[in-house]
Amino acid sequence: MTSAQVDVLLVAVVVAAACAIPGTFLVLRRMAMMSDAISHTVLLGIVLAFFIVADLNSPILILGAALVGLLTVVLVEALSRTGLVREDTAIGLVFPALFSIAVILISSLAGNVHLDSDAVLLGEIAFAPFNRFAPFGVDLGPIALWVMGAILLLNLAGTALFFKELKLATFDPALAAALGFSPALIHYGLMAVVSVTAVGAFDAVGSILVVALMIGPPAAAYLLTDRLPRMLGLSVVIGAASAVGGYWLARLLDANIAGSMATAVGIAFILVLLLAPQRGLVATARRHRHQRWTFARQMLLIHLATHEGTPSEADESRPDHMQRHMRWPPDFSDRVIQTATDHGLIVLKNNQLHLTPQGRTEARAAAVR
Amino acid sequence: MTAWLRTGDPFAVQATDLTLAYQQRPVLWDVDLEVPQGVLMAIVGPNGAGKTTLLRTALGLLRPAAGEVRIFGRPYAEQRRLVAYVPQRGSVDWDFPTTALDIVTMGTYGGLGWVKRPGAAERSRATAALAQVGMQAYADRQISQLSGGQQQRVFLARALVQDAQIYLMDEPFQGVDATTERAIVDLLRALRADGKTVVAVHHDLQTVAEYFDQVTLLNVRRIAAGPVEKVFTEENLRLTYGGRVAGIGGRGNGTPLDMSP
Repeated sequence: MTSAQVDVLLVAVVVAAACAIPGTFLVLRRMAMMSDAISHTVLLGIVLAFFIVADLNSPILILGAALVGLLTVVLVEALSRTGLVREDTAIGLVFPALFSIAVILISSLAGNVHLDSDAVLLGEIAFAPFNRFAPFGVDLGPIALWVMGAILLLNLAGTALFFKELKLATFDPALAAALGFSPALIHYGLMAVVSVTAVGAFDAVGSILVVALMIGPPAAAYLLTDRLPRMLGLSVVIGAASAVGGYWLARLLDANIAGSMATAVGIAFILVLLLAPQRGLVATARRHRHQRWTFARQMLLIHLATHEGTPSEADESRPDHMQRHMRWPPDFSDRVIQTATDHGLIVLKNNQLHLTPQGRTEARAAAVR
Repeated sequence: MTAWLRTGDPFAVQATDLTLAYQQRPVLWDVDLEVPQGVLMAIVGPNGAGKTTLLRTALGLLRPAAGEVRIFGRPYAEQRRLVAYVPQRGSVDWDFPTTALDIVTMGTYGGLGWVKRPGAAERSRATAALAQVGMQAYADRQISQLSGGQQQRVFLARALVQDAQIYLMDEPFQGVDATTERAIVDLLRALRADGKTVVAVHHDLQTVAEYFDQVTLLNVRRIAAGPVEKVFTEENLRLTYGGRVAGIGGRGNGTPLDMSP
């Protein structure tokens, strides 16, 4: 690998990790769509700040972006508080409004500046290595790596310091308020972090990938664990792995890197959705099938136990009787009887099914439950 | 030890002239609430009567349009360590990725303040509180795997760990099994024996007289309040619920209650 490739991969992994941390809390707070809104509207903050400082590399741009990110949240909440508009509708109203103002400003006033809306949506991580951080002529690597590294550290430190507050305010905001931990403060703090992360990340990877990296990995991690610290860790790992996988996918297909990374996040999520050990679709389907067979076997055993030793036993215990009695299709009925026989629960004698002692015990246990 | 109890303050919770409205519609109208220390008080009233709103206002979660709430004679913000809160079970997301013990540990956060993390001492207090509600075996369970009654007991344990003087509970008996109902009643009595004060929103009129000493009948306005045997009468219930309320077990030296279904 060339050093430029290493730089791209490093930036991608750091971006993915930085996005996964606030993303985990967004997913748990059911605010996923807010990341979509913020990752676009921060553009307005960048544009406005750029008009003030006239420098595309000024840190003021990040501040402006964070402020407009918060403004987005405030406007959405103000709209939904009127009771006339639902929150998702409010997001759908605020986000295009702010974003389109930014697009108009760029296209009419900043036509000759390197700020174009294509780059905002998709980013161009491939250029990240060419924009170097070189104070006093010493090359210290891509600027994007430094910016995102700082944001990742901020996110890690913020989560470590305020982990208990974030957890409490996410799970039970009312208790947080009653105990004196202002949920509003925590909420806006988190939204500021989302805004800063989005603006730092989208210069490198664009707003689509920011959304993908904030929501996809936590959504997948949520299916894999039921502990919050592990969910955070897994989100980071899944995000970073998707970033690396997406990079190689892009090389393979000779396609846009950010788009490929977002695709990789989608593939990772689908794999987890299917294959998660407990909650995955495959595991769930297998469990349901298993339960269906177990239940059918228990019905058979209980039926035999009920009629055991009664005058009707001869009639009730014929194998073909089960199809009519339980309304089982013939082949299903045969398989239930076959597996129960294989498990040593029943025996067939003179065209009659008889419980073994083991089968009697299981029938009794099933009936009690 | 009793610095929180200003001498001559007869009430653990005292709300005066509380008025609160949602978009011009009054939810609480000039409501007084007086809860003496060491009693179990039920707040009873029809749906939309403002019961939950009254609790949430007492907790400082809602700002009243008029009136004030005092906890042992002082504003809630100065006394929050003295008040524990058991919200309605349905008010939180039980799919949240954490354990029963972790939820109970949240009750210690108020004492810790910002940034400081719960340690071994907090966890052992939480474990003890779980044991107190008979849930020690479920400490490491993911909370969505608990039954409704078990979840309610986890919430009670979380309030116990706050080691408060006043417990405000929003429908602690709602949708729980008989075991949990028993456990909650025992717990309420143990709290009273320790001199603690409990205010609970309660729906089951049949058990008000059995479980509680005092009752506040609420329907936007306060209809009546005081000892159950004086206040919990058919007359007052009719005023509260509007119309005839049949089949309510209760005592009273007012009109005898109609016990026929």
